[in-house]
Amino acid sequence: MRDKTIYTLGISGTLLLLYNLHTILMVLPDEAAQGTIGKMLLIHAPAAIAGMTLYFVAVAYSIMFLKTKNFAYDSAAVAVIEVAQVFTLINLVTGSIWGHIIWGIWWTWDARLTRQFMCFMLYLGYLLMRPALNEATQRATISAFVAIFAAADIPLVWLAIRVHDARTQHPGPVLETGTLDPAWRIPFLISWIAFMLIGSALAMVRVRQENARREIDSLRRELHAI
Amino acid sequence: MKQGLLSALFIARKDLRTEFRTKEALNASVSFALVVLVLFSFAFDLGRDEFYDISGGLLWLVYVFAGALIVNRSFIREVPNDCLDVLIASPMPAWSLFLGKVIASFVLLMIVELVSLPVYGLLNNIHWVDSFWPHLGLMILATWGITITGVAFSAVTVNVRLRELMLPVLHYPMLIPLLIGAMQISTALLKGDGGDLSADLRLVVVFDAMFSALSLYLIEFILVG
Amino acid sequence: MSAIAADGVWKYFGDYPALRGATLEAPPGACVALLGRNGAGKTTLLRILANLSRPSKGEVTVFGESARDEKVRAKIGYLGHGIGVYDDLSAYENLILFGQLMNVPDTKAAAEAALERVGLTRVRDGFAREFSRGMRQRLAVARAFLHNPEILLLDEPFTSLDDRAIAVLHELLRDALSKGATIVMSTHQIREAMELATQVALLERGKIVHSGPRTDEMLGDPGWLYRKYEEKPK
Repeated sequence: MRDKTIYTLGISGTLLLLYNLHTILMVLPDEAAQGTIGKMLLIHAPAAIAGMTLYFVAVAYSIMFLKTKNFAYDSAAVAVIEVAQVFTLINLVTGSIWGHIIWGIWWTWDARLTRQFMCFMLYLGYLLMRPALNEATQRATISAFVAIFAAADIPLVWLAIRVHDARTQHPGPVLETGTLDPAWRIPFLISWIAFMLIGSALAMVRVRQENARREIDSLRRELHAI
Repeated sequence: MKQGLLSALFIARKDLRTEFRTKEALNASVSFALVVLVLFSFAFDLGRDEFYDISGGLLWLVYVFAGALIVNRSFIREVPNDCLDVLIASPMPAWSLFLGKVIASFVLLMIVELVSLPVYGLLNNIHWVDSFWPHLGLMILATWGITITGVAFSAVTVNVRLRELMLPVLHYPMLIPLLIGAMQISTALLKGDGGDLSADLRLVVVFDAMFSALSLYLIEFILVG
Repeated sequence: MSAIAADGVWKYFGDYPALRGATLEAPPGACVALLGRNGAGKTTLLRILANLSRPSKGEVTVFGESARDEKVRAKIGYLGHGIGVYDDLSAYENLILFGQLMNVPDTKAAAEAALERVGLTRVRDGFAREFSRGMRQRLAVARAFLHNPEILLLDEPFTSLDDRAIAVLHELLRDALSKGATIVMSTHQIREAMELATQVALLERGKIVHSGPRTDEMLGDPGWLYRKYEEKPK
């Protein structure tokens, strides 16, 4: 049952992504001002949104763990955060390539770039800390605490960036400014859906690993107790 | 509630008393701050006006590095002899133990900051005296934010392997919004140009309020396993 | 009503249940010796009774009230593996601090009296870090008994104590029992514990498998209880 869900999600996400890449690369005309590289938007922005969505899903799981002490929520939280990190990284890397071609530089301490980078660093701390905790209950509790702190920090990072928006080079987000060409809206949405499907499949595999790890740990303790 | 606040003061007084006796964290933190100050003057070979432009940023870097040494000690102090167990078993609530530790770290970090501010001004030829009182207000607000998050992470990392390394990895990224606000205000105050600082100030205050509430509420989950 | 009772307490570490529905009742004035092998869950159970850890399932009550109540905690004295005193405070300052935290009405008098009881009055202003091992242990005992707790929870109290500290602890425990206090102690030192115990509970893989009054049989042959449970077919 579980296997089937994972395969279904993963395969449908991959097919959707391949179809969408075909549309983006072969069907859609080049972007008027930037040429072919402008199409990067359709991968770059949905990845950022997918990452953000998953960070907030993760904090919901973390709160649920603290409330119920059910380890399924802890496994889900760490799995989702790892996948979110991957999407944030995709966003940063694609943005960097894009920036290199259009701006002529790989990186600038621009508001939105900084914001994404900070989110990445916040959750990197979370992922680095987990292996340093031996006992599963303690690891889950402390991780939930850190995840809640990190999520609470994200709006403040946005606020801080907004206050000092003066030296921004990055164009306004297409969803806020509403400047996205109607023909591009569907591929944009499909990218996001495909990312979420693949992300869910990856997260489910990771949840399984995490559960297995906890079970092994408890069996080892059982063995020592005998 | 009243008993909880009183217990927090007992804890703060205990922490300060032991710290003033050994001066472990204070000495390390002050001397570290001074070294960083000297290094800055080698790292940046700038004219006086240019230095003013980055003065606030550098000042808060000194403070936050010094702060790491202070908050790191906060819960580690309870590790020898399992003192933390005795405190948790006592009738005081977890938030009151936590608050006491935050107050102690706050006082210690304020001392380090107040010692390094004149030295910073002296070494880099920065006028800090005129803007001292508003600057003190800012230092109180931002230092509270640094210590309340720092002590929360000190409680979190007390049982973690390599805790001295984990604490800054967790703590510094979280402090970025607070530091952005504090650095901007400090620079403006030291340069003496007014400008509209209300947005930055709001950032610092919101940070303080949000993380004070969150950590006081959640700390029980961490301390009572 | 029990002075302190654990009712069907489970504690998980990850997926591993360290306690599997442990039920233990200590009537007022009893001295319960909690026996069991390494890893049976003695420390886990005592930590839950002392409110240092929360049960995953089940409940702990103190005189019928929930143990999570902050006022209830002032009735409990806890002596764990660590001595729980600060090395950089003097003996007197240590006791004053814990007196304040325990809501003792007259902390100064209580601290002086506690120092007197464990024979540390002469060194009241010495720092704990300057003390010998035995003196530190006596200070820990003074700390645990400072607020005249109605319930004493002791985790392996006789392990690694020197002779004088054992004598002091014995005397204080006897004194507390005579005043009606309730004691729960986990122990390996069966001989010392059996002299004081009125009740014996055996913890085996997270469950209380035997609980009852201490019999003379146990006093004469400390290994009796263990053997009885080993012989039982699984």
